[in-house]
Amino acid sequence: MTQAIAPIKRMTFGEAGTATVLAALTFLFILIGAKAHTSGYAFHALLFAAASAWGVFKIIDRFYARPAALPPREINGWPNYNFGPVKFGTVAAMFWGVAGFLVGVIIALQLALPELNLASWLNFGRLRPLHTSAVIFAFGGNVLIASSFYVLQRTSRARLAGDIAPWFVVLGYNFFIVIAGTGYLLGITQSKEYAEPEWYADLFLTVVWVVYLLVFLVTLSRRKEPHIYVANWFYLAFIVTIAVLHLGNNAAIPVSLFSAKSYVVWSGVQDAMIQWWYGHNAVGFFLTVPFLAIMYYFVPKLANRPVYSYRLSIIHFWALIFIYIWAGPHHLHYTALPDWAQTLGMTFSIILWMPSWGGMINGLMTLSGAWDKLRTDPVLRLMVVAIAFYGMATFEGPLMSVREVNALSHYTDWTIGHVHSGALGWVAYISFGTIYCLVPWLWNRKALYSTRLVSLHFWVSTIGIVLYITSMWVAGILQGLMWRAYTSLGFLEYSFIETVEAMHPFYLIRALGGILFLTGSLIMVYNLWATVKYGEATDEETETTAAKPALAPAE
Amino acid sequence: MAHNTQQTHGPGHGVGHGPEVDPVTGATTTGHEWDGIKELNNPLPRWWLWTFYATIIWSIGFWVVYPSWPLISSFTPGVIGWSSRGQVAGHLEELREQRAAMTSRLDAASTEEIRNDPELLSFATALARPAFGDNCAPCHGAGGAGAVGYPNLNDDAWLWGGTLANIEQTIRYGIRSGNENAHVGDMPAFGRDGILQRPQIVAVADYVRSLSGLPVENQGNLTTGAQVFADNCAACHSADGTGNRELGAPNLTTGIWLFGPDRNTIVDGVWHGRGSVMPAWEGRLDDTTIKALTVFVHTLGGGE
Repeated sequence: MTQAIAPIKRMTFGEAGTATVLAALTFLFILIGAKAHTSGYAFHALLFAAASAWGVFKIIDRFYARPAALPPREINGWPNYNFGPVKFGTVAAMFWGVAGFLVGVIIALQLALPELNLASWLNFGRLRPLHTSAVIFAFGGNVLIASSFYVLQRTSRARLAGDIAPWFVVLGYNFFIVIAGTGYLLGITQSKEYAEPEWYADLFLTVVWVVYLLVFLVTLSRRKEPHIYVANWFYLAFIVTIAVLHLGNNAAIPVSLFSAKSYVVWSGVQDAMIQWWYGHNAVGFFLTVPFLAIMYYFVPKLANRPVYSYRLSIIHFWALIFIYIWAGPHHLHYTALPDWAQTLGMTFSIILWMPSWGGMINGLMTLSGAWDKLRTDPVLRLMVVAIAFYGMATFEGPLMSVREVNALSHYTDWTIGHVHSGALGWVAYISFGTIYCLVPWLWNRKALYSTRLVSLHFWVSTIGIVLYITSMWVAGILQGLMWRAYTSLGFLEYSFIETVEAMHPFYLIRALGGILFLTGSLIMVYNLWATVKYGEATDEETETTAAKPALAPAE
Repeated sequence: MAHNTQQTHGPGHGVGHGPEVDPVTGATTTGHEWDGIKELNNPLPRWWLWTFYATIIWSIGFWVVYPSWPLISSFTPGVIGWSSRGQVAGHLEELREQRAAMTSRLDAASTEEIRNDPELLSFATALARPAFGDNCAPCHGAGGAGAVGYPNLNDDAWLWGGTLANIEQTIRYGIRSGNENAHVGDMPAFGRDGILQRPQIVAVADYVRSLSGLPVENQGNLTTGAQVFADNCAACHSADGTGNRELGAPNLTTGIWLFGPDRNTIVDGVWHGRGSVMPAWEGRLDDTTIKALTVFVHTLGGGE
C-alpha cells in the first residue's frame, strides 16, 4: 500500500499521554521507594519505577520504529486484526501455568513431607497463595485476556480498539502478577484468600482492569456483526463482575503511602461475608463464566458444528449471572454468619445447578454429528473432557453446599478435591485446548507439530487428575468421618493428630498426580515451541498482523 | 487442524442470512453467523427446565421450614424453629447425658481408685486418649514416645516423679510455666555465665558420659571431670549422678537422655544451661480431663 502523500509523523495523544504519566509516576515511585517503611515495599516501589521507566522508553522507541500512520482498522474491507497482545498473553499463560503447577507440586510435597518447608519465604504459608494466584490469575487470567481479545475481534470483525491500551492491559496485568507473587514470598499479604495482594497492587490492577473494560467495550461497539456473539456476553459479564468484586472485597485504608500495610474496612462477620461473596464469585465469574465464553467459540469452531441452542444460551447466561452472586454464604456454614444467610446461600447454590449445566449441555450437544472427531482430534477431546469435568464439578458444588453434607465435607480435603476437579479438569483443560488452537492460528502454522504429543499430554495429565481428585475425595471423606467419630462411651474416637497421620498416603498420591499434571504441561510446552519453530507455514502470508501491523489484511 | 475460515471474512459478510436447516439434525439456525459459527434454534431441553423448576420449588419449601429471608430488624425464622446454635447445644446435651453417670463416678474417685477399677480405667482412657492427642502429642508424640527435649512417657525414667500424684501435679501446674505451683529449677549456664572454663566443661562432659558406661574420648579428662562434677554438679545431680527429682535434675547413670548422649550436646547443655517449659493445664483442661490424663499417662508404661 503506497501512500500518495506521506502524512506528518507525530505522537498520538495515547502515546504522549501514557509516556508523560509513566514518566511522572517513575519519579513518584522512586520517592516512595526512598521513604518506604519496609525493604519489601521499597523493592516493589523500585519495580514499579523500573517498569514505568521501561514503559516510557518503549513508547518512544516504538514511535521511532513505526510508520507515520497507525495501522488502519480495515484494509480493503477486511478487518485488520491486532493479534500482538494475544500472542503475548498466550505465551505468558503457558509460562505462568508451568510455574503455577510446579509450585503446586512443591506445596503438595510439603504437606506430605513437612521437612521440605525450608526457608521462611519458601514455606507452605507463602507458597500456597503463590500457587493459587499463579494458576488462577496468572495462567487462567492470561488465557482469558488473550482469548477474549482474539474471540472479540474475530466475532465482531473489528480491530482491537486502541494502540497502546491493549498492550497496557496485557503487560500491566502481568506486572501485577509479578508484584503479587514477589509480595507473597516477601510476606506482603492482606490475608484474604484469592485477594492477598496489598492495596497498591489492588489499585494498579483496578486501573488495568478499567482499561481492559474500555478496550472491550469500544471494540464491541465497532463490530460489523448485527448481534453480539454469546461468547462476548460471557466475557463482558466476567470483566464487569470481577471489577465489582475486586473493589468490594479490597476496600482498604493504607497505613501510609510509604507502607505496604493496609486495613480492610470490613470487620468481623461482615468481612467474612464480603470475602466469600468475593471468593465464590471469583470461582463463578473468573473460573466459570469466561471459560464458558471460550467454550462457546472454540468448541463449535473445532467441531465445525453450530451451537446447539441459542435459547438455552440466553436462559442459562442470565440465570447463571443472577443466581451465582447469591451463593457465597455456603462457604460459611456453621460459622458466626446468621443462619438465614447460610440457608439463602445454600438454596441459591441448589438453584444454580441447572443454570450451570445449561453450559455443559450446550457444549456437549454442539458435538451432535461430530462425535467421531473425538477419535482424531485430541484437542477437541481435551475440550470435551473439560466440559464433562465442568458438569461434574457443578453438580458436586451444589451437593457440598447442602448444610448437612457440608457438615461432613467442610474443612476437609474433599473441598480441595472438588476445587481441583474444577481447576484441573475444567479450567486447565479448556485452557490447554484454547492454547493448542491459538498457537498455530496466531503463528500461521498449518497444524500443531505433533498430534500424538497432544494425545500423550491428554493421557498423562488425565491420569494425574484422576489420582489427584480420587485421593482427595477419599482423604476428605475419611477425615470428615474421623473428626465426627464417637466411641460408645461418648468420647471422640480420634485426636486431630491421628487424622493428620491418616492423610499421609493420600497426600503422597496427590503429589504424584500433580507431578503427572506438571509433566503433561511440559510436553505441551515442547509441542507448542516445536510448532512455532518447525511447523509448516500456512499458504496465506496474511495473518501476520501482529508482526507487520500495517502491511496486510488479517487473512 | 487447518483453520481456514477465509470465506467467512469477506467484505460485507454477516448480514442478510436467513434461518437455514442443519442437514445433520434437521434443526433450523437462527440465521446469525459469527466467524463461521452458527446457532441452532433448539428449544430448552425439557428435563433441564423441569429440574430447574424443581430446585426452585424445593428451595421455597426450604425457606418455609428454615430461617432464610432477612427482614428489617429480624428474619423469617422457619416453621420448625431450627437454629444452628440450638442444634449444637442439643448435640452437646446428648453427649453430656450419655457420659453423666460415669463422669460423676470418675469425679468422685481418687486417681488410685480409678487406676484399680477396670471399668473406671477404661472410661478414663477413652476420655484421655483423644485429649492426649490434641493437647500433649504435639510435644510428647502421638504415642507418648517424646522427642529431643521432650521426655518419653513410656519409660520409667521420670524427671519430676512418676507416681499418680507427681504426674497430676506436673500436668496441672506445668514445669517452669510461671504458675506459682509449677516445678522450678534451672540448670545454670556454666559456660556462658563464666562459672566454668571450656576445658573444664569438656572434661565434665567426658565424665558424665562415663557415668552411664559410654566410651570416653579422652580418658585423661576423667579425673578433672570428676572434680568439676563434685564441685558444681553434684549439688543437684547428687554425688553419684543419680539426679534429684525435687529439682528435676535427671539421673545421669541410666543411659536415657533428654537431649542426647553425644559429647557436643552435653557440652552445649553445660555451657548454655537447660530449662525446658511445660505449660500449666489447669484452667485450659477441666478437672475431669486432667484426672483422666493423669491415670492415662501413668498407664503408658512407667507409672510408679
